[in-house]
Amino acid sequence: MADENRPDLYMQLDQVIREDRGRLLSALVAALGDFELAEDALSDAVESALTHWKRSGVPENPVGWLLKVARRKAIDRIRRVKRFQSKSREIALLAAMDEMEANEPTPAIPDERLRLVFTCCHPALEPKTRVALTLRTLGGLTTGEIARAFLDTETAMGQRLSRARKKISRAGIPYAVPGQELWGERLGSVLAVIYLIFNEGYGASFGDSPVRLGLCGEAVFLIRLLNELKPDEPESEGLLALLLITHARWRARGDGQGSSVALEDQDRNNWDHDAIAQGREILDRAVARASPGPYQIKAAISSLHSNADGVTDWAQIAMLYDRLLEFEPTPIVALNRATARAENGHMDQALSDLEQLAEPLDQYQPFHAAQAEYLARSGQIRGALSAYDRAIELAGNTADKKFLRDRKAHLGH
Amino acid sequence: MQYIALIYSQDGAGPQPGTPEWGAFMQGYMDANETYKKDGVFVAGDALHPTSEATSIRIRNGKAETMDGPFAETKERLGGYYLFDCKDLDEAIKYASMIPTANYGTVEVRPVLNPEDYG
Repeated sequence: MADENRPDLYMQLDQVIREDRGRLLSALVAALGDFELAEDALSDAVESALTHWKRSGVPENPVGWLLKVARRKAIDRIRRVKRFQSKSREIALLAAMDEMEANEPTPAIPDERLRLVFTCCHPALEPKTRVALTLRTLGGLTTGEIARAFLDTETAMGQRLSRARKKISRAGIPYAVPGQELWGERLGSVLAVIYLIFNEGYGASFGDSPVRLGLCGEAVFLIRLLNELKPDEPESEGLLALLLITHARWRARGDGQGSSVALEDQDRNNWDHDAIAQGREILDRAVARASPGPYQIKAAISSLHSNADGVTDWAQIAMLYDRLLEFEPTPIVALNRATARAENGHMDQALSDLEQLAEPLDQYQPFHAAQAEYLARSGQIRGALSAYDRAIELAGNTADKKFLRDRKAHLGH
Repeated sequence: MQYIALIYSQDGAGPQPGTPEWGAFMQGYMDANETYKKDGVFVAGDALHPTSEATSIRIRNGKAETMDGPFAETKERLGGYYLFDCKDLDEAIKYASMIPTANYGTVEVRPVLNPEDYG
């Protein structure tokens, strides 16, 4: 029996961990007050599940089983610490855990993940660390997977995560949903982390690394989770809408021969129209709350780019970028507005906008690609050619390089 | 947990004595002190004389060397500190943000090492 059931057992355990890791971990951190101990205890429990479930079958409530065993493993770990006599915190914890064990044979699992979200995205941690910690803790990626996604070695990523756990416990980074006075800033930090995860996956989604592509799915999972845990937040809804609509166009971004396809040339049959509709519905709900913010505006822009009939309302997009610049006065947003202005027929204005951005965006490939495109369209071929060269030089992936070379070659004829 | 808030600013940054802004600036400190005490987070807090009054000492090979000036010549200098007793980092950040000099310089918040942290 054991042998033929084993693959099934692995799959079941894997699925439980994938789906409920965040919930289990958050409940453990809540009980133990120690991030690192909670993670170690959960790995112990998973290891133990492999042995026990193989022998006695998968328990009726696998998540409850794992939580109970993880608590017991945490007690074992605390007891193994030799100098625990000096650790009053841990003695108190031990007593509380023993009591819990006695009173509650099948533990209920409270959903404490919202608290964990805010811990992982705390601004006292480096942005890259926030991203990694969120993926590891709530997304359930392994350290190796996160390392590959960020082109890091597993050792370096492991050290980064372990430094973060140390800082959380030693600097007293709270395991709590922030109060009113910090809410805006902290929610912003959480949304930024999720958006970063999505962009990291999206920017490289032509590459041969499925892990990086998986990041987009992780980001959608996380923003859905956040909306579930804390509903009715217009900016959370805005980000969910933005990711759904953007992700819906993903399949149409490549031509199947290693080249990227410009938005206006994409095959709309390859868009996920259900996801776009869902994103728009969520955006409408957010906008009705009359509390505008950058993610809602970005979602609205993305929605205008996703019309099935291929007609794009550039005038309205340019206006939305005006609004977005008020929230995010960055050169990148200014570049996008210049693009919208050019497409809306205001070419002189757009070219002069671009000139203003030449210095801050000198290292940014899309800037040179846009300048090349609009110089070419207004007949300034020599300027266009050298802008294409600079863009090709800066292009990060081969699909973009190929796309730009094709554009440039086209220009020569 | 105890947190120390180290208050750094550049010489000449922010309101100077004798200007109309100075009064409001000092009032800001008095208001902050009052809040700290009322909320029970105040352990200690002092302003320091400028680094021109600093003396640095080090002992090498058993011999004391005494020097005029601060440990390091940096643009931003330590001008004072608070010691808070807070429940977590967010609370410490909240109280440190009330320090008026945060508007002109930088306040560095660090947890005070607890004997249990050696474990």
